[in-house]
Amino acid sequence: MSDNGNNNLLAALLGRKVGMTQIYDDAGTIIPVTVVQAGPCVVTQVKTEEGKDGYNAVQLGFEDIKDRRSTKPLIGHCKKTGQTTAKRFFREVRLTEKPTVAAGATLDVSTFDTIKWVDVVGTSKGKGFQGVMKRWNFGGQPASHGTERKHRSPGGIGGGQAPRGHGRGIKKGKKMAGHLGVERVTARNLALVGVDKEKNLLLIKGAVPGANGGLVFVRKAKTKKIPVAG
Amino acid sequence: MRNALLSHVESKHLLAKPPQFAIGDLVDVHCRIVEGDKERIQVFSGTVISRKGAGISGTFTVRRIVNNEGVERIFPVHSPKIEKLEVRRKSKIRRAKLYYLRDLTGKATRLKEGAPVVPSDKPAEVAPDAPAAAAPQA
Repeated sequence: MSDNGNNNLLAALLGRKVGMTQIYDDAGTIIPVTVVQAGPCVVTQVKTEEGKDGYNAVQLGFEDIKDRRSTKPLIGHCKKTGQTTAKRFFREVRLTEKPTVAAGATLDVSTFDTIKWVDVVGTSKGKGFQGVMKRWNFGGQPASHGTERKHRSPGGIGGGQAPRGHGRGIKKGKKMAGHLGVERVTARNLALVGVDKEKNLLLIKGAVPGANGGLVFVRKAKTKKIPVAG
Repeated sequence: MRNALLSHVESKHLLAKPPQFAIGDLVDVHCRIVEGDKERIQVFSGTVISRKGAGISGTFTVRRIVNNEGVERIFPVHSPKIEKLEVRRKSKIRRAKLYYLRDLTGKATRLKEGAPVVPSDKPAEVAPDAPAAAAPQA
């Protein structure tokens, strides 16, 4: 029934996040869903263990672009597989066994027909320069009892004779204020509640990383534990 | 402006004939309740005091007094769980949201009678998948 356990199934697509809405399930319960317009993606390269790459993988290309917006090496790479135009985005999907698809094949949302759970990789929304409370969930300082002008400060950060035994030092990697967002984020094990083949849509329960219109990579959930024989 | 793809997804879940009612109406909401494998209809009657949102996310709030205690239930307008919505009485109101009723009790909560309720064209219509719309606007 569900192929979520099959590690060699190629179920991965590039897409764009459309936005969120809600739908009703069969029982009449509201489900919040994110709509992702995924694929169709083209297999632009197949890598095998026996070949010169030394590992099994499939490279997917997504969204056509004009040749003049691309580069000659990329155009050549795409045309090698019978494509007429270059692609905007490429992502590689590792597989445990030799890929069963050939270069030039097209994948669309129907590859997710038997999939129940997905991982979605996206780029989170940029938040700019943020303090430690928002960035690292620090608790801040007391609101009263004499605290002045440092309610949201991180408190002590080491220094003095702290962590390295001698000399002043703040530990490398110490959580401090700084830039937040615009980084790769993976939302794991989201339920895939619907597939619309007519418009190439995936309906994924809950939120996925990134802004509307952003590029997302949807794949079969990697770590979801599927109950044996359901 | 709603995204066309989102509207496409939502369109499959919108009711063809959403219930017709207005703020201040006294309504009977016939709710489908599933208990185990049995299904029954529960009627919640009260005054519509607010309507929020549009399209698939639209909801309305029905307020009634049970045992001297105010009870409010929020229903999604397009919920397939609503079997039927009947308008029993319409009111003349001067607010979009009747939240002020929460602070009033007894006689003070009366609303001015509005236009007479036009009985729905087919009152007995209870199609399993298409909840009957109640009285249209007079």
